[in-house]
Amino acid sequence: MDGNGIRTFVRDRYADIAREGTSCCAATSSCGCGGTPSKGLPLYEDTFLDGQVETPIGPVPHVHSRIGRQDILGRWRVRWGIGRDRYRVAPGLYALGAPDGSAPVLVTANYKMTFDIVRRDASGLDAWILVLDTRGVNVWCAAGEGTFGTEEVIRGVTRARLSEVVRHRRLILPQLAAPGVAAHEVRKGCGFSVVYGPVRARDIRAFLEAGMKASPSMRTVVFPTTDRLVLTPIEITGSLRPAGWSAAGLFLLAGVGPGIFSPGAAWERGLAAAAALAAGILSGAVATPVLLPWLPGRSFSVKGGIAGGVLAACAVMWRRGSLEASAALALLLAVTAVSSFVAMNFTGATPFTSPSGVEKEMRRALPVQAGMAVLAGLLWVGGAFYR
Amino acid sequence: MEGFRYMDGVATLRLDVAACTGCGMCGEVCPHGVFAVAEGKARILDGDACMECGGCALNCPAKAISVNPGVGCAAAIMNGWFSGSKPSCGCGG
Repeated sequence: MDGNGIRTFVRDRYADIAREGTSCCAATSSCGCGGTPSKGLPLYEDTFLDGQVETPIGPVPHVHSRIGRQDILGRWRVRWGIGRDRYRVAPGLYALGAPDGSAPVLVTANYKMTFDIVRRDASGLDAWILVLDTRGVNVWCAAGEGTFGTEEVIRGVTRARLSEVVRHRRLILPQLAAPGVAAHEVRKGCGFSVVYGPVRARDIRAFLEAGMKASPSMRTVVFPTTDRLVLTPIEITGSLRPAGWSAAGLFLLAGVGPGIFSPGAAWERGLAAAAALAAGILSGAVATPVLLPWLPGRSFSVKGGIAGGVLAACAVMWRRGSLEASAALALLLAVTAVSSFVAMNFTGATPFTSPSGVEKEMRRALPVQAGMAVLAGLLWVGGAFYR
Repeated sequence: MEGFRYMDGVATLRLDVAACTGCGMCGEVCPHGVFAVAEGKARILDGDACMECGGCALNCPAKAISVNPGVGCAAAIMNGWFSGSKPSCGCGG
């Protein structure tokens, strides 16, 4: 098979999946994340395929470990939320290095960013990479949604005819797949036993060298500043739509005054309000995530509220000559409330918040945030009548 | 997790020590070191570190662990409130 042949071969995998009509997200209710089977999508195989290896079941595509410009650009793009749902690789079996019948099988998701990290970090290994159809979602989220689940592992193993490719009966799964996969059920379902590897792909070589033993640090999630920082762009792009609607409302409200409606005031006061909104969003979506471990409090609404409050206090000090008392108070309340609300949404991006905790926090924080926002609005609109 | 603690006393994690066979899977899959396994039994070492992902309960062959699993995500919980269904998020990250 030449280069084109292997490409067609990989593309056919999508067609196979489409024909078999894998059940979509029906089992997991409303799934907002790429709830379609991986077919009819842009394919990126040219960035990672470099040939094929012969196996008892025929040729298997071979991948390399290099991360090129296209991979880096692609990662930046999806970090900003562009085409994230469609950033996928074809599910199925791939060869890395020169694997044989005794080589380890690494199981992963078909989100291309995940796949790229695995092939990069497993560089130098002779291994099989079994890519499951997780609808283009990363391991952790797909496990939570159930798409990186027991059934998909069994289906992936069966479809790849793995028992004919390798002599052993062992799969190495990322540890963070555990919320979706019952190891003992996989064994019953396809005869392969599951070994949970490290949380991070970069520990995979050390894990294998240690005889498939993970050290406690390999088993533990961490959330360093860089990891938090790379998640902030998606927080911003995710808030653009609600922010746009809110800003439109603020501009309308800004024109309300003694003269019923003043377009001039709508523009001038609206700009100021929109700036306050933007400050609140940046405080909650960027400053709070980055400063997370140093901001006081356990709950994200408190951390975000403090970040927003400090930011607004600085703004009030800076403009103290031109701000009326009511406007200053409105600014303080509004930025604090918006930052607190936006920061609360960052709970979804962290690897340590429990749903019970988030729900408890929300029941407490939402009324306070709403109250502050309403009070800010009354002060601000009322201020227009008493100048 | 070092440097990060969420709220105490909320996690729904429960371990039935009598049913536990001490296989150690819970300790292996937990990314927050919640469990310690010694002398053929698991015990909850740090229950407040639990983020209720459900990995331990799903991988417990003895069904000795119960937890109300889900995504710890404010947007997901709001989605659940408004749609009246199970919380589900857009997988932010």
